[in-house]
Amino acid sequence: MEEIKPRKLVLIASKGSLDMAYPPMILANAARMSGIEVELFCTFWGLDLITKAKNNKLNVATVGNPSMHPWFHIPTWLGAIPGMSWAASWYMRKEIDKLDFPPVGEFMEMLVDSGAHVYGCKMSMDMMKLTQADLIDGAEVLGAMEFLEKADGAQIIFV
Amino acid sequence: MATKQIAGKTVEVDAEGYMQNSKEWSKEVCEAIAAEQGITLTDAHWKVIEFARDEFNKTNESPTLRRITKSGVINTKDLYAFFPNGPAGKIARLAGLRKPTGCI
Repeated sequence: MEEIKPRKLVLIASKGSLDMAYPPMILANAARMSGIEVELFCTFWGLDLITKAKNNKLNVATVGNPSMHPWFHIPTWLGAIPGMSWAASWYMRKEIDKLDFPPVGEFMEMLVDSGAHVYGCKMSMDMMKLTQADLIDGAEVLGAMEFLEKADGAQIIFV
Repeated sequence: MATKQIAGKTVEVDAEGYMQNSKEWSKEVCEAIAAEQGITLTDAHWKVIEFARDEFNKTNESPTLRRITKSGVINTKDLYAFFPNGPAGKIARLAGLRKPTGCI
């Protein structure tokens, strides 16, 4: 009789802005809450999610961001004023907190504790001169081929 | 809305077996559901179930897993160890609450 394998979700996080950090984390968490296995592969800017020194300092772009329209569209010249990105990021963090969602660092800790497997992309880490010591507890370093082995039979979402 | 016999009582359930009326819950009902789910209830389980029911009675909504872990009643690692394979659903089933819809 065939063994029923649990459902597996693979997420590739390649972005490090505050707005793009949450989609993979929320999907990963929702999957864990439903008993789905999760492999989260952080590559390139996505490494910021699992880099201890950076993960609580992510920002959202206010320059050249066609989606930046909280009350009216923020034109590039306005978004380029010093402090605008900081202010937008601060405001976004507050709104996230109001919904009782954790900041990125705590969220990643929660994901590791819930049994999600978290990896840093070896190539990106080499490029950015990062080592295992720079990553959060529970994150491992993995190359693309090994990662694809883990993605076998899984549903893959690229962010 | 369907009904189901649990611990000798007739309770209202939805298509997936989640209880629809939290007032129909009792400790015996909970123990019967736990047996069905293959869970042996310990003090740690009861603490979480009682917290979830208290929160539901206060706010009319099941608490999110984050609320449960922030309350100190259990930590994330233990939560996933005691309520394996989908803690959100398991806790709702054991506490006699509807299927959870929260994202956190």
